[in-house]
Amino acid sequence: MKAAVIVFPGSNCDRDMAVAFRAAGAEVSMVWHKDTGLPEGTDIVGIPGGFSFGDYLRCGAIAARSPICRAVVEHAGRGGYVLGVCNGFQVLTETGILPGALMRNRGLTYICRTVGLKVATTDSAFTSGYAPGQELRIPIAHHDGNYTADDALVARLRDADRVAFTYADNPNGSAGDIAGVLSENRRVLGMMPHPERAADPALGGTDGRALFDALAGVMAAA
Amino acid sequence: MTEPAITEDRIAAHGLKPDEYARILEIIGRAPSFTELGIFSAMWNEHCSYKSSKKWLRTLPTTGPQVICGPGENAGVVDIGDGQAVVFKMESHNHPSYIEPYQGAATGVGGILRDVFTMGARPVAAMNALSFGVPAHPKTRQLVSGVVAGVGGYGNCFGVPVVGGEVRFHRSYNGNCLVNAFAAGLADADSIFYSAASGVGMPVVYLGAKTGRDGVGGATMASAEFDETIEEKRPTVQVGDPFTEKRLMEACLELMATGAVISIQDMGAAGLTCSAVEMGDKGGLGVRLDLDRVPVRETGMTAYEMMLSESQERMLMVLRPEKEAEAKAVFDKWDLDFAVVGETIAEDRFVIVHGGEVKADLPLKALSGTAPEYDRPWVETPAPAPFHETLEIDPMEGLRALITSPNYAAKQWVYEQYDTQVMADTVRVPGLGAGVIRVHGTDKMLAFTSDVTPRYVKADPVEGGKQAVAEAYRNLVAVGATPLAATDNLNFGNPEKPEIMGQFVGAIKGIGAACEALGMPIVSGNVSLYNETDGTGILPTPTIGAVGLIASPEELIAGQPQENDYALLIGAPGSHLGQSALLAEAFGREEGSAPPVDLAAERAHGDFILANRHLLNAATDLADGGLALAAFEMAEAHGIGLVLDDTDIARLFGEDQARYLVACSFDAAEALMQAAAAAGVPVSTVGRFGGDAVSIGGTSYPMATLSGLYRTGFAAALAAGLVA
Repeated sequence: MKAAVIVFPGSNCDRDMAVAFRAAGAEVSMVWHKDTGLPEGTDIVGIPGGFSFGDYLRCGAIAARSPICRAVVEHAGRGGYVLGVCNGFQVLTETGILPGALMRNRGLTYICRTVGLKVATTDSAFTSGYAPGQELRIPIAHHDGNYTADDALVARLRDADRVAFTYADNPNGSAGDIAGVLSENRRVLGMMPHPERAADPALGGTDGRALFDALAGVMAAA
Repeated sequence: MTEPAITEDRIAAHGLKPDEYARILEIIGRAPSFTELGIFSAMWNEHCSYKSSKKWLRTLPTTGPQVICGPGENAGVVDIGDGQAVVFKMESHNHPSYIEPYQGAATGVGGILRDVFTMGARPVAAMNALSFGVPAHPKTRQLVSGVVAGVGGYGNCFGVPVVGGEVRFHRSYNGNCLVNAFAAGLADADSIFYSAASGVGMPVVYLGAKTGRDGVGGATMASAEFDETIEEKRPTVQVGDPFTEKRLMEACLELMATGAVISIQDMGAAGLTCSAVEMGDKGGLGVRLDLDRVPVRETGMTAYEMMLSESQERMLMVLRPEKEAEAKAVFDKWDLDFAVVGETIAEDRFVIVHGGEVKADLPLKALSGTAPEYDRPWVETPAPAPFHETLEIDPMEGLRALITSPNYAAKQWVYEQYDTQVMADTVRVPGLGAGVIRVHGTDKMLAFTSDVTPRYVKADPVEGGKQAVAEAYRNLVAVGATPLAATDNLNFGNPEKPEIMGQFVGAIKGIGAACEALGMPIVSGNVSLYNETDGTGILPTPTIGAVGLIASPEELIAGQPQENDYALLIGAPGSHLGQSALLAEAFGREEGSAPPVDLAAERAHGDFILANRHLLNAATDLADGGLALAAFEMAEAHGIGLVLDDTDIARLFGEDQARYLVACSFDAAEALMQAAAAAGVPVSTVGRFGGDAVSIGGTSYPMATLSGLYRTGFAAALAAGLVA
């Protein structure tokens, strides 16, 4: 698996994501936001958490207009895999690769907490390592994680089995308790919780690890 | 442009006393210009010059085989083996946070992070020790919300995990909250960067955010008492931009790796003035600055304003001229403003040129070297009458009074607003005892804690000072860490009052004795005086931030009591209720003496825990609330019940020092008892963990009920304060 982790000037989970990809056996390159292309042979693009451009304007809005994001949109358009976590999810909605928007948390404060997360579908390269309905313990850490979508969109996502994860106890007001969304071709996942923070037993939890392992398995089989 | 004339009022408004002004006249042999007056005021105020505290700070132990760099630089540097070092410091941002809580706290975090990465270290952990007025005070809720949001807003964006801290409430902070921010970073021990300039004619380079009018005179404001004109001081608070700070850090670390940096100093209090003087002074050089080259974000700024601006996220460096192209490439990569704003000169002069005119021309050494130093009169704090009463209270009611108090209730409301896991190396999140992070890419870990019990310091500054250090030591030991070193953030009232100065002197004596005995030298620190409003001072609050090393995963005490584990007390049974949390929270009385600290016992009991850590499932130190609160917290954190055998209030809630509560299996308990007997350390069985209830003596409550109270107590107290 060749992974490319995008680095914006305000990314701060880029290293964490690279560590998790490497632990799953990936070859990882860090790609600067001013670059115009992805490394040759990139299987999956990782858009990490953080505050890409200080979260000024709107979270992810400036990042979505950076040179590398044009390449990411093309990569996704060609059927390439993309994982966006936290700020990465916000960037993916701002580019239009994923539908909906991430708004300020319902309680208006930043929340850093390990939450219960239900696997809503196992039909994707990201979630095939989990059991249907399995409840995971994964940390969240965000100010703007309130997934906002109208009823029609939520229904459409559910009908197409594109909701990847839902919160067991909705912490931020997200529509339909949605914590993670898949693209139509199921190859792009945006999620607010941080699986890379739950991928090492020394840090107290390993429920995120199966996501990276499953990806590696799919890439190896491809 | 003509500068304002120097009048008596202007001198006083700059916080300079008449004798200090006379000293300026003597040093420069003429009247200063307005810009020069501003420069002197910035360099000589309490905040920058430590003029009241220096004499006493010198008495603290600051050296040890592990210390690479002690106080005097941006942060202390301590060896952690394998060619690595931890770089840390704690600093207050009290006055700005009271005036504008969000920005005051945010820029406090920004300032301390800058201190750490200026030394060449990547910040990896942060803590925040916060003291507020009582919840019922009309300003408290706004301050708590604003400060916590500000700390989080800055640190979360920058991307450093919060691993510890304190939050307390007391009426003495009603008009003067305390925000003490700690940061620690990791660096290679042979690549530490210092502020001393070297070489004549070297370019002085400005890097980072543009200079604005924010914070002009901030350091002088921070050295004054508060009164009803405080709202007018709002423009002296700086505004933070964590995104720029993050870029500044990345650019600085990249630049340092290229070998281009000769010396570096961040612009904190008194901005360009302090940083330039510091670099010149330490390097034995003069500095010439051309203010027309300083990147500014407002037009028409005067030399005075530029020299005193406290705009954030700015750095001053002396660079190797031959590396200029490489340096420029790094700044461009991170889209940061930079400019060559001056040069080092051989003569001992600090020359400021603006608009083709010399606005200041001062002897540079004299600006820092001859700053006034006072031996302020002080009186010893009289010993309070000892407290010998028997407290009549049901033990369970005592426990309830503590866990529903905002001082001792769970602090999730605060910590959940901070990113505690960014960088994916957090082993122990904040909330209970020391926080622990892994040193990235290694098996080693670092433990962090911040402690002080202001009630004790007020009752007995010497014992209270010792206790702050001893509690920090115990918190490190309780997670299996070997204590390395400490930083002190000394918050006191007006030092011109002999009784306040007496508190300061006493606390320093206690801190010094404890640091010496426990092998934790002070490697950095900060003093915040004049924490008074309308003449009423805060409780003396010398916050101790301490760092310990866990050399391998086997050394970590993971902290999980198991079903049927024995609860063992290491140290003497409780007896001391004077100045206890129970007395304060359940009876509203702050009376009696502070618990005495036996430093030899602290050391012996700490060594005992570390030597026998393989026997322990969990350990915690005993402090506020004594055995009962420590045992409850340990059980609650792991969702397990608890039985305490005793019903004696003093043994349950006494706050005697040098004590730990540990959880271990039956077999391990036996082995521990034998080891204790051999080492001459007192140990006793005080109860058992297990089940789903908390029982003290005969009374029993479901843990779920108490846990609910404990976890909602903080928010409930703040909400009640809003109504009251």
